[in-house]
Amino acid sequence: MHGESAKHPRWWAKSLSRLAGALILLGGIFLATSLSLAAAQGTNPVPSIFEPHSTPADEVYGLSLFVLVITGAIFVVVFGLLFFVVVKFPKRASDDEREPPQVYGSTQIELAWTVIPVLIVVILFLASARVIHGVQDIPKPSTAVDVTAIGHQFWWEYRYPGLGVVTANELHIPVSEAARPTPTFLKLLSADTDHSFWVPQLAGKTDLIPNRVNEMWLDPHRTGIFLGQCAQYCGTQHAKMLLLVSVDSRENFEAWVRAQKQPANQDEKENAGRRVFETTACMNCHAIGGTAANGRFGPDLTHLMSRRTIASGAAENTTENLRLWIQKPDALKPGSLMPAMQLTDNDLDALVRYLETLK
Amino acid sequence: MSTITTPIVPTSAGWSLPYKGKVGMACLIIGESAIFTIFVVAYLFYLGKSITGPTPREVLETPIFFTICLLSSSVTIHFAARSLEHGKRGTFLGLWLLTIVLGGLFLFGTGLEWHRLIYEHGLTISTNLFGTTYYSLVGLHGSHVIVGLIMLTIVLLFALAGRVGREQSARVDVLSMYWHFVDAVWVVVFTVVYILGR
Amino acid sequence: MSSDALAIETAGAAGKPWVETLHEWVTTVDHKRLGILYIVFALCFLVVGGIEATLMRIQLIRPHNDFVSPQVFNRLFTMHGTTMIFFVAMPVLFGFANYLIPLMVGARDMAFPRLNAFGFWLTAFGGLLLNFSFVSGSGLYGAGTAPDVGWWAYAPLTAHAFSPGHSSDYWTISLLVSGFGSIATAINIIATVLCLRCPGMKLSRMPLLAWMNMVMAAMVLIAITPLSAAQIMLLVDRYLGGHFFDTQAGGSAAIWMHFFWIFGHPEVYILIIPCFAFISEIVPVFSRKPIFGYPVMVAATVCIGFVSMSVWAHHMFTIGMKSYANGFFTFTTMVVGIPTGIKIFNWLGTMWGGKIIFKTPMLFCIGFLFQFLIAGLTGIMLGAAPFDWQLGGSYFVVAHFHYVIVGGILFALFGAFYYWYPKITGRMMSESLGKLHFWLFVIGFHLTFDTMHIPGILGMPRRIYTYEPGRGWDALNLIVTLGTFVQGIAILIFVANLILSYFHGPLAGNDPWDAWTLEWSVSSPPPAYNFAVIPTVESRRPLWDLKHPEDPDSRYE
Repeated sequence: MHGESAKHPRWWAKSLSRLAGALILLGGIFLATSLSLAAAQGTNPVPSIFEPHSTPADEVYGLSLFVLVITGAIFVVVFGLLFFVVVKFPKRASDDEREPPQVYGSTQIELAWTVIPVLIVVILFLASARVIHGVQDIPKPSTAVDVTAIGHQFWWEYRYPGLGVVTANELHIPVSEAARPTPTFLKLLSADTDHSFWVPQLAGKTDLIPNRVNEMWLDPHRTGIFLGQCAQYCGTQHAKMLLLVSVDSRENFEAWVRAQKQPANQDEKENAGRRVFETTACMNCHAIGGTAANGRFGPDLTHLMSRRTIASGAAENTTENLRLWIQKPDALKPGSLMPAMQLTDNDLDALVRYLETLK
Repeated sequence: MSTITTPIVPTSAGWSLPYKGKVGMACLIIGESAIFTIFVVAYLFYLGKSITGPTPREVLETPIFFTICLLSSSVTIHFAARSLEHGKRGTFLGLWLLTIVLGGLFLFGTGLEWHRLIYEHGLTISTNLFGTTYYSLVGLHGSHVIVGLIMLTIVLLFALAGRVGREQSARVDVLSMYWHFVDAVWVVVFTVVYILGR
Repeated sequence: MSSDALAIETAGAAGKPWVETLHEWVTTVDHKRLGILYIVFALCFLVVGGIEATLMRIQLIRPHNDFVSPQVFNRLFTMHGTTMIFFVAMPVLFGFANYLIPLMVGARDMAFPRLNAFGFWLTAFGGLLLNFSFVSGSGLYGAGTAPDVGWWAYAPLTAHAFSPGHSSDYWTISLLVSGFGSIATAINIIATVLCLRCPGMKLSRMPLLAWMNMVMAAMVLIAITPLSAAQIMLLVDRYLGGHFFDTQAGGSAAIWMHFFWIFGHPEVYILIIPCFAFISEIVPVFSRKPIFGYPVMVAATVCIGFVSMSVWAHHMFTIGMKSYANGFFTFTTMVVGIPTGIKIFNWLGTMWGGKIIFKTPMLFCIGFLFQFLIAGLTGIMLGAAPFDWQLGGSYFVVAHFHYVIVGGILFALFGAFYYWYPKITGRMMSESLGKLHFWLFVIGFHLTFDTMHIPGILGMPRRIYTYEPGRGWDALNLIVTLGTFVQGIAILIFVANLILSYFHGPLAGNDPWDAWTLEWSVSSPPPAYNFAVIPTVESRRPLWDLKHPEDPDSRYE
């Protein structure tokens, strides 16, 4: 058997399927872009990297378009060649049994197709270097808001050293106007394993690594809620270490800071609940400002009710969920480090009522 | 269907390729060098980063004598291999035995040093970063010395039984390549730990 | 007694007792039998890894699914990655290398047959040990302690504090052991290629498969060993109280990453270069032309070998390295794309002006070319550090590397199976089943992995056991999962083809493809001694010279 002597039917089918594959991919990219563009104002449910609303994300977006154009062009050329070769050079039924001309190579052609990629690489590198420098080597302006983010298994701790605020899981930052930029500079630390802070519309991701201090910055130019989640596998509940960043107007941000700096509400009616908190293990892990509880293993609960979600986004902040979280955390986030508290129903009710006063 | 068979042609004279034993051992040495490089990098990276505990300067004493023993064993094994090539079995046996003794002395010296570090200075592998990296690096090297000595001893036993002659010379060469490698690694470890690291 | 490496033995009066056959196979040092053992072993683990993938995809078919628990899911993705890289891809490539290299260079066996067997059994033991973890003992969360730290086992997740029990030890020790097996095979390949070539076969006349496997083996020597070193360090940490990666004692989590990726990046080139070799052998035969630019193909491969050692930190663009470090690794990553990309042009140049025969091996090669092109381009995207700050750690990366591994490596492997199966077994595989396998697999592959890029772009990170609804990821994940089933069916057809053809395939003869390298000059399957007389060669295509005495290659080289 010296290869196929019969004609090959449907030789064009290969090329078509190649084309189909290419179209699926391109179509997909368009789909993604259009999905992102279709997202609503305010809460933006689709955290697309192609819909940036903050300077570092913008810069990456610009570079990504440039890279896409170049790689797209390379694809068109090379795929075109492949398509052409497959269509033009099949062995045909009419062919005799002679072998085609045996060509071993061509120095000029090989030189050409080496030089051109080298040029492309240089251009891509220079474009990338510019953005790397533009994002990483930016000096911190004096108007910046400082936040220290500490990654835990499986929640986010936020401290605002300049403002005296400690909170968890939902990050509030001011919008940064062109006239008077107020970017937020984050210092990233970790209390246990590796994590990664990724809110695609605000910036590329940066990891939180124990025994290492990383830095990143956000410069949002639009108010709204921006979603993300931990992007470095950190253990069992990596999937539910969600991120919510609320970009507030100047006034709203300042109001939020003022509220957060207050110590916890002391409502006499809920003393029973507070006693449950302080006499069981709760205060070993959690802190409530202005009380004896100053545990740091778990999130600060001083203004728990100012958050939309609990357990770092795993559940809405409702009475039933609060109750369930305390009694049986595995129902909401199996494998999280919150222990089941084994409280009686009475104690649990009192505790939840107390927590709901922590606005 | 092709029925081609290969041609029967008188083999061309002068077609000689390297000895596979040497190539194999060279490859092993390259791989092992990579392993040692990683341990050396870790050692250098962690210099000065220990949070607690004794520092290199406080506890290390340069093992000059035992280093000379090990490096001399490279010389003796070289001449042992040469004399085997010339069929001088007696000289080979003597030099081979001397190599083993010198290698054994080096190991003994390492043992002495570790005893002193552990019992006088309380430095163990779990004490601090220096302890971890030091014992791992020197220990990795020492384990390679042990393996080398075992192989050398096996050859010694064969030699005593009269089974090692000129025909085994190429294989003995391969083994001595390994031994030279172990010595070369010690030169690097010695420089990094006792000279640069203090 | 048959001297064939793979004769169809039947137990009973006419044949040997099965125990004897089993004993022969277990104690064999014949490179052909070891090659087959490696390949069969890899195929079994391909099924295991495929099941692990399918279970994960079922869990991800919709948001907040509870098909498996998070603990099980995390074990699944760890085991899937570890199994596929170390116990499927590496063994199958070593298997083909083992089988083909001596035949292609005109030798009777590999340089160190017993070392060969030792390497195989180390790998086999490693694979069994890793999978034994599924059943052995009880871990923190219940029965079974399969590792759940990801196939990179980042510190400090592997420290006792975060990985109680023995699950991480199964990962560490099984890979350490099989790593030594890989090093043994690498030593064997280099020694065979350098020392056992038949007379006349200068290095410049070697088949590209021999060249490329030699480069691969050299890379194994200096890439697998850093992983072994890191694993020894991890064991020191876990069992001797060491602090290599103990961040509480001043240790560095980042240094594990560096050591791992100094292994991890060259590893992926170790996987792809033998596949380049398959393409470089199959495409010329089915285009009826010699490979275009042999010297440059060799030079480019060697170049890749070197440059790939300098790109590793592009897996670490997000860990907060300084800008000049990120810039350096962006540069080297882009540079390594040049010799890689050039090869595509060489293969296209081979096909240009040829008379292309679209049989199954060639179909898979064309699929490879298309998919490897795309995979390379998404790789360029990821190589630009700022772009990686968004795309890294997301499903875009997962899509990219599956495009390389499934769309590239697996396609090339399928091509190699269809091409060399006749030589190994003496029978042809079914062309119709082959074409069905190809088309089904293409459809399933593109359904899954083209789509998979999009959730990454829309912010979906990797290694998550579930995801939030309403982020635009739901329908996409459904499509990705459906494609998995199509691929599964295609693989079943492939396995059926392998088995059915063994018993019913038409006899192949020595040279069913009218090819030009030495393995096609001996019978199918080859005799145990390979060549009755060691051949002498005078060009890169000794069989072309014999078939075309009026126009031998030796005149032009």
